[in-house]
Amino acid sequence: MNLLTAGLPSTAIPLFAGLLDAPVGVAHYLVVGAILFTSGVVCMALKRNALGVLMGIELVLNGANVNFVAFSSPYLRGEGSASLGLDGQLIALFVILLAAAEAAVALAITLNFYNNHATVDIDQADDLKG
Amino acid sequence: MITSLLASAVPMSGLLAALPVAAVNWHSVLFLLFAAVACACAVAVVLADNVVRMAFYLVLSLAATAGLFFLAGAEFVGAMQLMIYVGGTLVLLVFGVMLTAQAPFVAIKTSTGDRVLAGMVGAALLAVLLQAAFRVEPWRRPAMAAVAAPAATPIGMALLGVRVDEPVAGAPPAAVRSGYLLPFEIVSVHLLVVLVGAAYLARAKRRRTPRAIDVAASSVGPVVTAREAARSSASALASGGQR
Repeated sequence: MNLLTAGLPSTAIPLFAGLLDAPVGVAHYLVVGAILFTSGVVCMALKRNALGVLMGIELVLNGANVNFVAFSSPYLRGEGSASLGLDGQLIALFVILLAAAEAAVALAITLNFYNNHATVDIDQADDLKG
Repeated sequence: MITSLLASAVPMSGLLAALPVAAVNWHSVLFLLFAAVACACAVAVVLADNVVRMAFYLVLSLAATAGLFFLAGAEFVGAMQLMIYVGGTLVLLVFGVMLTAQAPFVAIKTSTGDRVLAGMVGAALLAVLLQAAFRVEPWRRPAMAAVAAPAATPIGMALLGVRVDEPVAGAPPAAVRSGYLLPFEIVSVHLLVVLVGAAYLARAKRRRTPRAIDVAASSVGPVVTAREAARSSASALASGGQR
């Protein structure tokens, strides 16, 4: 038990202890958003496939969206904390739309790169290196 | 028959009574399910080497995130997440995988040193974010609010520039709050420009290596072109001779 919870802050232990019968708060959603964001950043840094980098970008935007929706939710907010209200949901909608546009352009660039170089390895994309 | 059914039903109800079903908060249970699927599939995207499996795990992660949006009361955002991400962007990604993946390029390996370094950076970033998430006290103890109205109509009105939702505490009054008409217009024009640009970038070009049907046609082709060249040179000779 000590090993299991050694890395967590002390306030996190009651959060995980009463997970099944306690109501879900903003902090739970923030944890999910943090894991998605970190996975996306590691995916962007680690993958050598251009499509893998694109998927990492999608994960990062999705983690940010989880945070926006959690802060705008009427069910999750505690007493005395500020809320984004409807603005958070609208920002999340705009993020989804811009992510779709970004994915379309990035895929077109990837296809163009594949047509010219016959690979999607981003380590081969050093034509502009001086 | 009925009595046997009843007799079989009584132990079931006894079993259900023995389980602490009434104490379980099903909102929390569903949250736990969706959060576990979203986080596990996001980590699986990082760990997988095959591009097609990465796309599949990404579909699962994004769909589970849509479930989290539904649980948070943002049903319109969840529906848009399902339609745009899972229905649109992932189809685009899978088409990208299909159009670019050839056998040596499906799995491009990363070196072990890079993996260890990225794992350390990711763990540090996760520790910072978790500290920030647990730092604020009201974020950890929610006050269960009453059931809110559906958010689709206020979102649509806000995109038209009129705010009809209840202002949150500390916000300016409704007459001062801004609608989202201008960002909506900007995003629509942006989408149009982006899609035209993407179609221009990814258009079909002339192939470098000739297709088989072109090779078969070119075996016939030189005869015709030689005959035409001879005729044109003959006419040029004739016109030159006349001059």
